[in-house]
Amino acid sequence: MGLDLLTLAFERPAIDWHAFAPELVLLAAGCLITLVDIVFLEKARPYTAALAGIGLLATAVPLLTLAVDGTERVMFDGAYVVDEFSLVMKALFLLAGYVVVLLSTNYVAEGDYWENEYYGLLLASLMGMVMMASARDLVSIFVALELLSIPAYLLVAWRKRDLHSTEAGLKYYLMGVFASAVMLYGMSLLYGVAGSTMLADIGTSLAGMETSPAVVTMGIVFVVAGFAFKVSAAPFHTWAPDVYEGAPTPVTAFLSVASKASGFVALLVFVFVGFYARSEVWEPLFWILAALSMTVGNLVALRQTNVVRLMAYSGIAQTGFMIAPLAVAGHGVVNGDQALSAVVTYLVIYAAMNLGAFTVVIALARRSGSAELTSFNGAFQFAPGLTVAMSVFLFSLAGIPPLGGWFAKFEVFRVLATAGEPWGYALAIVGAVNSVVALYYYASLARRMWADDPVDGDLGPVPVTPSIMSALTLCGIVTLAFGVAPQLVARFTDVSLLAFGG
Amino acid sequence: MLLNQFLLLSAVLFSIGVYGVLARRNGVLLLMSIELILNAVNINLVAFAAFTGTIGGEVFALFVIAVAAAEVGVGLAMVLLLYRSSRTIDLTTVDRLRG
Repeated sequence: MGLDLLTLAFERPAIDWHAFAPELVLLAAGCLITLVDIVFLEKARPYTAALAGIGLLATAVPLLTLAVDGTERVMFDGAYVVDEFSLVMKALFLLAGYVVVLLSTNYVAEGDYWENEYYGLLLASLMGMVMMASARDLVSIFVALELLSIPAYLLVAWRKRDLHSTEAGLKYYLMGVFASAVMLYGMSLLYGVAGSTMLADIGTSLAGMETSPAVVTMGIVFVVAGFAFKVSAAPFHTWAPDVYEGAPTPVTAFLSVASKASGFVALLVFVFVGFYARSEVWEPLFWILAALSMTVGNLVALRQTNVVRLMAYSGIAQTGFMIAPLAVAGHGVVNGDQALSAVVTYLVIYAAMNLGAFTVVIALARRSGSAELTSFNGAFQFAPGLTVAMSVFLFSLAGIPPLGGWFAKFEVFRVLATAGEPWGYALAIVGAVNSVVALYYYASLARRMWADDPVDGDLGPVPVTPSIMSALTLCGIVTLAFGVAPQLVARFTDVSLLAFGG
Repeated sequence: MLLNQFLLLSAVLFSIGVYGVLARRNGVLLLMSIELILNAVNINLVAFAAFTGTIGGEVFALFVIAVAAAEVGVGLAMVLLLYRSSRTIDLTTVDRLRG
C-alpha cells in the first residue's frame, strides 16, 4: 500500500539552485511589484510597468548563464528538466512577455484600471509558462498549466466595468476549466496504466504494449483535446474569437502568442516523451486537428469585419500549420526531431510576427478607438510607418519570402514531404491550398491600408509612444532577420526531446 | 482489489459533469458540474494509487483539490462580476460577442 511510504524518513531532495534561478528571479520580481504597491500606493503607479520589464530582463540573465553552461540539468528524479528545448522556450516566453509589457504600458495606464495587479498577474502567468517548459511530470505540468491559466482568466476580464470584457473572461474561464478537467481525467487514466506520474515512465510503459488498449487511447485523446483548447485548434477554437475581441488588446496579444506557445510546449513534451510509442493513436488525431484548424480558421477569417477577430481566426489557421508536423512525427528519432524543430521554429517566428501585428493594431486603435476593419482604410495617409510595418507582418504571416514566415512554413512542408507517407502529402496539399486562401485576406487588409481612403477623412497623425515604437522595432527586426538568415533561428530550434525520453 | 467499481463510479460522475457543462446555462451550476468532473478525476487517481501501490496518485489528488479551490474562487468572482453588471447569472443572456 502506498501509505507505508509515508513512514519512511524524509530525505531532502538535492536542489540545483542555478537551474531554478530564472523562476526564482521571476518570482522575486512579481513579489516586488506587489510589495511596492502595498508600500507606496499611488506613487508607485508610473513605475510598475518599468519594474515588470526590468524583472523580465533580469530573468533573462540566469537563462543566459544556463545556456552558456549548456549542461542538461535533471531534478526531482526527472520531474523538472532544464535542457536546450526548455531554455529556448523559456527565452521565447520571456521575450513575448517583455513585448506585452511594452504594449500594456500606455494601454493599462490610460484605461484607469489597477496597474500593479495587472503586471503582477502577467508575471505570475509567465512564471507558469516558464515552469511548463521544464515540467516533465503530470503533477508539475498540471500545476504549471493552472498557474499560467488562472491569471490569464483574470487578465481577460480586466476591464471589469465593461460587459464585453466580463463576458470574454467568463467564456474563457468556463471553457478553460472544462478543458483542463477533461485533460485531468485523461491524465488520471494514464497514471493508472503506468503507475507513475513521471512522463518518462509513462513513455516506457506505453512502449511496452503491443497495441493500444482502450484506456490508453482515451487517456491520449483527452489529454490532446485539453491542450488543443489551449492552443485554440479547431474544433476546440470557439472561445478564441470572442475572448480575443473582449479582452484588453495587449492581453489578446499575450494569449495569442505566449499562452498558445505554452500549450504547444506541453503538447510537444507529452508527444515526444510520453506518447511517442503510440503514434497510431496520436498521428491521426493531429492530422484531423491540423487540417480542420487550417481550413476553418482561414475560411471564417475571410468574412470578418473586425481586425481582432480576423487575427483570432488567422491565429487558429496558424495553429493548424504548427500542429501539422506532429501528424507525421511518429517514425523514429530523425523524423521526430525534424518535426519538433519545425514546430519550435514556427512558434518562435510566429511570436515575432503576430506580436508585431498586434502592436500595429493597438497603435492604430488608440486613434479611432475601434478595431473595425474600416478604421484601417487609408492608414498610409495618416500613419505611413505603421502601414509599412503592418504590411511586413501580414506578408510574413502569409509566408512570403524574404520575411520570417516563409521559413516557418517551409520547415513545416519539408517535414510533411520528407515523411514519405500519403497522409503527409495530403496534409501538405491542404496546407498549400490554405496558404493561398490566407494570402487573400492578409493582402486585402494590406490593400485597404495602402489604397483606400480614410472613412472619416481625418488625416491627423497617429501618436506612437516610445514603448510601442520599441516593441515594433524588436518584432520587426526579428521577423526580417529570421527570414533573411534562417540559419539564425535554426541554430536555436535544433532541439531534441526524444534522446531524453528514450 | 475492486478497481472496476471505482472506475465505473468515476466514469458516471465524469459523464454527469460533462452533461451538466454542456446542458446547463446557470453560472453556478456550471461550476458545480466542473467540480463533479474534478472529483471523478480524484476518485480515479486514488483508486489507481491503491491498486498499483504507488503514492503518486494520492499526491496528485491533493494537488487537484488545492488547485480546484483556487480555480473556483476565480470562477465565483467572475459570476459575481456578471451578476453585478447584468443582474443575472443566466449565461444565455450574455451573448454580445459574436460575428
